[in-house]
Amino acid sequence: MARKITYQQAINEALDQEMARDPSVIVMGEDNAGGEGSPGEMDAWGGVLGVTKGLYHKHPGRVLDTPISESGFIGAAIGAACNGLRPVAELMFVDFMGVCFDQIFNQAAKFKYMFGGKAETPVVIRTMYGAGFRAAAQHSQCLYSLFTHIPGLKVAIPSNPYDAKGLLIQSIRDNDPVIFMEHKVLYTMEGDVPEESYSVPFGEAAVVREGDDVTIVALGRMVSFAQDAAQALQKNGIHCEIIDPRTTSPLDEDTILESVEKTGRLVVVDESNPRCSMASDIAGLVAQKAFGALKAPIEQVTAPHVPPPFSDALEDLYIPNAAKIESAVSKIREYG
Amino acid sequence: MSDTLNRERLLRAYRTMRTIREFEERVHTEFATGDIPGFVHLYAGEEASATGVCMHLRGDDYIASTHRGHGHCIAKGVDPVGMMAEIWGKSTGSCKGKGGSMHIADLSKGMLGANGIVGGGGPLICGTALAAKMKNDKTVGVCFFGDGASNQGTILEAMNLATVWSLPAIFVAENNGYAETTSSSWSVACDNIADRASAFGMPGVIVDGFDFFAVHEAAGEAVRRAREGGGPTLIEVKVSRYYGHFEGDQQTYRAAGEVQKLRDEKDCLLQFRRRVTADGDITDAELGTIDAEVLALIDDSVVRAKADPKPGPDDLLTDVYVSY
Repeated sequence: MARKITYQQAINEALDQEMARDPSVIVMGEDNAGGEGSPGEMDAWGGVLGVTKGLYHKHPGRVLDTPISESGFIGAAIGAACNGLRPVAELMFVDFMGVCFDQIFNQAAKFKYMFGGKAETPVVIRTMYGAGFRAAAQHSQCLYSLFTHIPGLKVAIPSNPYDAKGLLIQSIRDNDPVIFMEHKVLYTMEGDVPEESYSVPFGEAAVVREGDDVTIVALGRMVSFAQDAAQALQKNGIHCEIIDPRTTSPLDEDTILESVEKTGRLVVVDESNPRCSMASDIAGLVAQKAFGALKAPIEQVTAPHVPPPFSDALEDLYIPNAAKIESAVSKIREYG
Repeated sequence: MSDTLNRERLLRAYRTMRTIREFEERVHTEFATGDIPGFVHLYAGEEASATGVCMHLRGDDYIASTHRGHGHCIAKGVDPVGMMAEIWGKSTGSCKGKGGSMHIADLSKGMLGANGIVGGGGPLICGTALAAKMKNDKTVGVCFFGDGASNQGTILEAMNLATVWSLPAIFVAENNGYAETTSSSWSVACDNIADRASAFGMPGVIVDGFDFFAVHEAAGEAVRRAREGGGPTLIEVKVSRYYGHFEGDQQTYRAAGEVQKLRDEKDCLLQFRRRVTADGDITDAELGTIDAEVLALIDDSVVRAKADPKPGPDDLLTDVYVSY
């Protein structure tokens, strides 16, 4: 039965249910319980923002605090996945991939291929991304395009509580390494989530809204901005179709291409920096495979080519918003 | 598994070391013909290390290896015929020709892969050891790494984590004196890599890597402690390589006559042969028989590797994901 819970609670519930279902599922990360070795109580934090709170006591011995040692414990999660466990490791902020990326892209991602198909690495790396917390340049990036670039990795980017639970359950059951991207601003977003366990398959985009005039492909937090924009544009008689890819690897190309075949116009909304981004990737895909259907140039609404700034005055300018999406849609509506 | 070096185990140790040596000497010769593609890093000279450690391991114990991984593979039971085919890039290779010398792996033998990233294996072995501890299956994990990797953060993080989690892990630092061209006497800031063990709350042991018996004894103690829940150990194996960093390395950074002196005076196979035949239990003729059998095996592996088919175009796109 569905009831309203937050994105954060949905993630916690997915972990809880999968740990209950499968004893090989373990959770590890910095302060995932919190308080290890300290004089006070354990499960002090349950993760830096409390996403894993409560799991420590429900699943004794299976929620591991780690030293601040990302290469060490992300690599350990990968090694444990090669030896029969299904670890869910938390890379606190995706920005910290800089100190452990080797273990992810040279080790986990490559084992199956370079060992001739004989290795399976069922590891999930949960990580928090995105701007909006005034957390500045080293705690606010998206970076999912970097993971998407790497063959051997899968990348899930839930935009709402329902998908957060279903995609995480799929990630844990999946036998390939999965990067699970959690937008920190979405943690408080509420939505209908079934109590029972379910999975959302990879590589199946959600058509969030149907429309004939313009296709908007949006990722993560940008989906709700696209909905706001579409709502406003509807009043002007512009009907937008919104597609949420939900996973960028695998990417549901067909749903995107079919929509553009119908609308002839595309806006891609991506909170990342613009170069070599999901926005440029999807724009390239459509330019190559649906060129004949396009009635106007493709628009990309992204952050600018600058690091995430600290000051709210600057960060608010940095993050794409509904107004920018509306203006992009209007621009390509007016083109020819 | 008994640690006692009875006759059967001594003969097995010799066969393993001889197989590694013959394999590497042959790859060296064949590489010079231009027939072998890519980068190849040879383990000749270090045979006592892999053998002395892996003699203590079960099939389901894991090891992580390095770019210089052929010796670890053979000592852990990976089939030399498949290895040779892999080095030639053939579809019959250990990894279907998709990995090559630097990525030979066989998880069914507990061999988690040679690794092209210096220091890459440390965190991975913490993971296999964590799984072993959680499953309580009494297996251990061994991370082989070099003096170069001893300066990598991954290895230092892994040693810290192994003690923090009290993991059944053994860190074997094979200090062969050079990280590529750079001397470990310069790049390692302390006198010995083993000195770093105390910083990570584990025992640190130094052994002569040309002496199989010394390696075997030190590794036996470390493996026993790990299996019994006593936590990790760092073993520094002081050794040398007989060839360059990779094949084609002119080794101008080494002293004149350095390798020949080691071959004449320290060689692990010579020392082993002298010791076991002096004890009287094993004869030169028995060892000679092993030499001949190993030579035939390696000859056969090369003949087959040369004749075997390369992977086909369809193989390019397979084995990336379990499902996609």
